[in-house]
Amino acid sequence: MKTLIFKRLVQLVGVIWGVGTLTFVLMRSLPGDMAYRIAASRYGQDNVDSQAAALVREELQLDQGALSAYKDWLLDLLQFRLGDSLVSGEPVIETVQHMLGHSLLLSFAGLALSIAIAVPIGLLSASKGKMVDSALMGFSSLIRAMPVFVIGVLLLLLFALHWNWFPVAGFGTPAHLVLPALTLGLSLAAVSNRVVRDSAKRVFGSSFYLFSRVKGLSKWTTFKRHGIRNIAVPVVAFLGIQLVSMIEGIVMIESLFSWPGIGHGLAHAIFARDIPVIQGAALVMGILFVFLNTLVDLLCHWIDPRGVAES
Amino acid sequence: MVNFMITLLHITRRLGLLSLLGFLVTYSSWSFSLPNPSNTLSISAAFEFTSLDPSKNGYIYTRMQVVESLFNVDGKGSITQGLANNWQVSSDGKVWTINLREDVLFHDGSVMDSATVLKSLSIAQQKHGALKKSPVEAIKAIDTHTIEITLSRAYNLLPAVLAHYSSAILSSESYDDNGEVLTLSGTGPYQVYTYLPPHKLVVEKFDGYWGKQGSIPYVSYLTGHRAESRVLQARSGQADIVFGLDPASLPSLKRLPNLTVYSNAIPRTIVLKLNSGHPFLKDVKARQALSLAINRAGISNAILRTPGSETDQLMPPSMGDWYLSDVEKTTYQLVKAKEILASLGWEMNRNGVLEKDGEPFEMTLITYADRPELTTVATAIQAQWAELGVSLKVDVTNSSAIPMGHKNGTLEMALIARNYGFIANPLGVVLADFGENGGGDWGAMNWYSQDISADLKRLEQINDTAQYHQLTQKNARVIFDEKPMIPVSYYIQQTAVNKRVKGFYFDPYERSFYLNNMEFIKQ
Repeated sequence: MKTLIFKRLVQLVGVIWGVGTLTFVLMRSLPGDMAYRIAASRYGQDNVDSQAAALVREELQLDQGALSAYKDWLLDLLQFRLGDSLVSGEPVIETVQHMLGHSLLLSFAGLALSIAIAVPIGLLSASKGKMVDSALMGFSSLIRAMPVFVIGVLLLLLFALHWNWFPVAGFGTPAHLVLPALTLGLSLAAVSNRVVRDSAKRVFGSSFYLFSRVKGLSKWTTFKRHGIRNIAVPVVAFLGIQLVSMIEGIVMIESLFSWPGIGHGLAHAIFARDIPVIQGAALVMGILFVFLNTLVDLLCHWIDPRGVAES
Repeated sequence: MVNFMITLLHITRRLGLLSLLGFLVTYSSWSFSLPNPSNTLSISAAFEFTSLDPSKNGYIYTRMQVVESLFNVDGKGSITQGLANNWQVSSDGKVWTINLREDVLFHDGSVMDSATVLKSLSIAQQKHGALKKSPVEAIKAIDTHTIEITLSRAYNLLPAVLAHYSSAILSSESYDDNGEVLTLSGTGPYQVYTYLPPHKLVVEKFDGYWGKQGSIPYVSYLTGHRAESRVLQARSGQADIVFGLDPASLPSLKRLPNLTVYSNAIPRTIVLKLNSGHPFLKDVKARQALSLAINRAGISNAILRTPGSETDQLMPPSMGDWYLSDVEKTTYQLVKAKEILASLGWEMNRNGVLEKDGEPFEMTLITYADRPELTTVATAIQAQWAELGVSLKVDVTNSSAIPMGHKNGTLEMALIARNYGFIANPLGVVLADFGENGGGDWGAMNWYSQDISADLKRLEQINDTAQYHQLTQKNARVIFDEKPMIPVSYYIQQTAVNKRVKGFYFDPYERSFYLNNMEFIKQ
């Protein structure tokens, strides 16, 4: 266990340096003049011109070489400073905090809903006959095939427009969280329910499961004692992978529901070539991924300690 | 060890759940203290904001009536009083004496006087904006409520420049020592209540406002990035006023009993910026042929869904000085366009592309995604010109690529949405687009007329309306004939307003939402 945590700490340092350097190199290699991009985001499309770009270039010393800028960033990072946004002038840490808080809230709510949807559906698929399994498989494939944006619009039409239960867009009240979280939850559950189903099917068909039934334990007791833990390991590992891929779906959800999350903020920072914000956001997300993966590993070890004993 | 880890995980899990629960509770209690729908006018539009600085995002704060400027602009583009009570200009037009209102309070409780105005204008002069580009030599305070602005040359655009959002007046305490804006304390009828960039701004009625008090206690602004969700906000009643509606949604919105849809022309035009120095476009006849081969009515009807908005002039009829009322609208004349290009030596090759001296008529048009309609209009022009034999590559990029391409000379042509009301007096934009050597970042490129440049400089100093009109018409005619830019269509702004709101007025110059004139109808 100590080795695992130590390994992850080393990995964390590597991720921080790697992500920061990679975003720096990628952003610097993109075509187009940074000064113009930043000026367009700062002053708006109607007010961007060569004078604005010249002003930005002078103020931010964009003429300094890439190496010198990289050195400055690295020195700042060693002092735990992420710098200021080139567009708004606000400290990156505040911008990232604001965005990340909302993204985490949405992610955890989405994940919780996805578990609430996927687990019963997966178990139902595994335990019932082929008809139910095929029908649920078809439904899952249908949801998975739909872009997350379409799922969001469909939910909006139903819950916001037809029944007027929840607001269409915005943030600030728990009601605003429901539809974006449900959209995310549905799109995640469309895949994870299949993982639950496969894992449950494997366990239900295993000899140890059959033996516990034969020795006289009830269906429920067998499931509680021998089912849950065995089914959970691959499911938890898969949820960990899903957490990483969540950002992909979250950008569209954030745009559709005007949710001020990090995916949307990162996309806009890339358009604007706001390198400190991109680096800051990518760094924090990198750290978060390492942290979440460690948490998932610990959770898997807790559920199935055999791996620990072996190691 | 394992037992310890299990205990640790138990604690972490509980703590995790507790903190998530705590976050939700805080989040909910924080949200419940926010203004509620019954006392809040809710606005949704596409513009984001990232800074409190008026030079950057002032357009949001003047529209939300948090900040004000010395001058205002009415719906016809005429300059009216703002924080300036009255003003006098010296006979040579170089010295402007401006008397300020005496009863104006900032949101932080301080009184507006010439010292605060001086500070705001001096800071605005240092930043990117209209004032920085003006020939202002000095600004000084004459007494507590009078300032004097000295210019290096007569410049009748000054009031329009001072009416611009970047010249807004803030309290002294709003700035830090370097002139950066720390808090936004303006003089408008609404003050900042919640500031959550880039999406949400809530303003609260300011009881110490010098002018007409608003009747609605709170107004919230939410950035709605996607046109689809803005439409749904209007339909569901979540937003009271929704700007920038998707044209395709208009018929269904108009049928809804709880909404009124407003269609207002604004002084913004979709226009093709051409590099007139490009070998294919150097000849004015080539530019005229390209103009004739655009089916503007088709674009207005089928893509923009605003029939009648097609145009071949840069400015709308409302900008009478620059609008030529005696010319007929250019119609789609493909055959004539082909004849003109043939007369210039272009011949159709076997690939269906025009060719001259072994070179095919291939060009790259750049446009930007900030305004989604530009991409569809660009591809429509691509298809229409393909029939002419012109092969157009459409490159969708960032808006900054246009001034950059102009500056480094790589731009061939661009489809842009030019706001001629950006400065209340359109001369400001015309000067930027046509006045300097070879045009301007968002205007003509490698097209220069000594006469026009001199005339535009003269217009800055003419106060006689008849003489001014005559000269603007002369120059508008040259631009129309020479076609350094090819206009396609005017913009029609579509806005949905919920019927519970009374007193909505659309400002064509997009400076103010006129929130203090609106009220909720009691139901």
